Amino acid sequence: MNEVMKLTTIAAINLALSDAMEADPKVLILGEDVGDKQGGGVMGATKGLSTRFGSDRVATTPISEQAIVGAAIGAAIGGYRPVAEIMLMNFVTIAMDMITNHAAKLRFMSGGQTNVPLVIRTMTGVGFSTGGQHSDYLEAWFAHTPGIKVVAPSNPNDTYGLLRSAIEDDDPVLFIENFPSYWTPGPVTKELVPIGKANVAHEGRDVTIISYSRMLLECLEAARTLAGEGISVEVIDLRTISPWDRETVLKSAKKTGRAMIVHEAVMQFGIGAEIAAVINESLWGQLKAPAMRLGGAFSPVPFSKPLENAFAPTAAVIADAIKIFVKEPSFHGA
Amino acid sequence: MSNYPKPGAKTLLEIYKKATLIKQNDERVIRQIKAGRLVTPYYSTRGQEIIPSAISVNLDDDDYICTIYRGIHDMLAKGFPLKEMWAELAGKASGTCKGKGGPMHLTHPAKGMMVTTGVVGSSMPIANGLGWAAKLDGKGRVSVANFGDGAANIGAFHESVNLAAVWKLPVIFVCQNNLYAEHTTFSDSTRVEKLSTRAAGYGMPGVTIDGNDPDEMYGAAKIAIERARAGEGPTLIEAMTFRFNGHLVGDEGGYIDKDIYSAAEKRDPMPILRNRLILENIASEAELAAIEEAIETELDAAQTAAYEADYPDVIELKRDVFAQEIA
Repeated sequence: MNEVMKLTTIAAINLALSDAMEADPKVLILGEDVGDKQGGGVMGATKGLSTRFGSDRVATTPISEQAIVGAAIGAAIGGYRPVAEIMLMNFVTIAMDMITNHAAKLRFMSGGQTNVPLVIRTMTGVGFSTGGQHSDYLEAWFAHTPGIKVVAPSNPNDTYGLLRSAIEDDDPVLFIENFPSYWTPGPVTKELVPIGKANVAHEGRDVTIISYSRMLLECLEAARTLAGEGISVEVIDLRTISPWDRETVLKSAKKTGRAMIVHEAVMQFGIGAEIAAVINESLWGQLKAPAMRLGGAFSPVPFSKPLENAFAPTAAVIADAIKIFVKEPSFHGA
Repeated sequence: MSNYPKPGAKTLLEIYKKATLIKQNDERVIRQIKAGRLVTPYYSTRGQEIIPSAISVNLDDDDYICTIYRGIHDMLAKGFPLKEMWAELAGKASGTCKGKGGPMHLTHPAKGMMVTTGVVGSSMPIANGLGWAAKLDGKGRVSVANFGDGAANIGAFHESVNLAAVWKLPVIFVCQNNLYAEHTTFSDSTRVEKLSTRAAGYGMPGVTIDGNDPDEMYGAAKIAIERARAGEGPTLIEAMTFRFNGHLVGDEGGYIDKDIYSAAEKRDPMPILRNRLILENIASEAELAAIEEAIETELDAAQTAAYEADYPDVIELKRDVFAQEIA
């Protein structure tokens, strides 16, 4: 059993990268500003690493997202395990060809002769007034792509454990970090967390809430509020979006008879739609109500504070939705 | 170009053998498509044979190459196994990619053929990563990125040559300028006469050479490859050439200027090199005929084996998506 430390998420990322580089000389880091000369990353995630492991292994790049992901793909098929930092999730779109046409497909198109064990770390999230091109959750785009795994932890411990697992994984992994919650501290055990395994973050009887990334924290707060009002909420932290843990989700939904998926990404055509569909298809006749979804508004993320606050579900909004959901068996959506 | 190292007689004959394999393979693929025996999109490399042949005599098996959909010549020149290639063209389970990639994704890592991409210009960012891996390995290996003149106008080109220069990567950027980007002429796509002039803007050497001339192509490639092996960084080579069969099989070529086409025909590199080998007493007519016949025999065997082979089982839809089967 490892010693338990108290770390912020950003510190957990730095520690996971450092431990991975120490454990395997094939682990590389590349991205904008990642070297210590540039400050060790725009958020400090890679601080100290280029000094410790050298600037050949922790390589600062020009602002060239396609070239960053392309270099990571090439290094990966050449036998290395690169971790590419793409500063913000919206900027990942600049490298879509490299990610969806190449990283995700080379294993299949080569008949298994090449594989792409790379990790793309990226951050996003509403809350810091970063507006329409610095805040989006675009995980559905990648979960819709066969060949790439998508991970989105909600706390420092899972961040450490999943990042280590992602680096060791033989497939490409998109690793989504929420930057407004980077500095929230929590316990870190330094144990690996398996990709594809959800966590029951809060046990309950009346309703199952499935979430991930920062929204998970809002769901937990809603669960605590509702406990005082006699509603027992089970909260599942999906942790890995693709491939997602059907077993844990379906088991819980079957137990409570009600399931709601909550994410910050816009609701339409999102992760919630896929999970709700699988729950409804798999548990038809065993549910008290059809599975439902809560998500971000179908709009670009706004700048103005009241609008930004209204964009994504909050603990209060989630709690209200749950109250209606458990009372109204025929409730059909938000 | 006069100070370029020149290929010796033995190397020149080796270049001819590779180029002849490319030409005869290309002609056979087109015949088989037109006969309805092969069903595949096919981007002919007829006319561009000398470029990869003269490059690859300077490469080792473990040097990396990345190429594009019009890249079967690059693969053949580097030693792609014919039986696995033909099975792949036919979509058979014995294909190098189990029939799951097809001609636009030919891959054979055992001889450094890491990526064939169907996306214009996407060979370059990945070739950089292989160059980075080669640099970290420290074994003097190089990485060749093949692409066309059309790709020189895509963002990936600019991002890639810049990064390669900044990181001093052992990458050779080979722009095979066949004068057409799909149906649009080179002069309608760019205001510069030579794409190699762009190299200066990224801080690397750039040359424009006659890609159909084995001496120039060999010399330019040798200098660039030696430079990369010595850790001195990347080079951009613009190899001027022509594609005789349009963008893809079925292309009637109505957009191709007749004068340009007939001028290119007169400069067809294959008969020119063949005549030269005889004229310079490097090989006799009979020896060359024997080489060409041996290639036909090999191609016959590869084609027959491909047609007799089994198609992949539908279970393959689930395999190689991830390391482990998921759902």
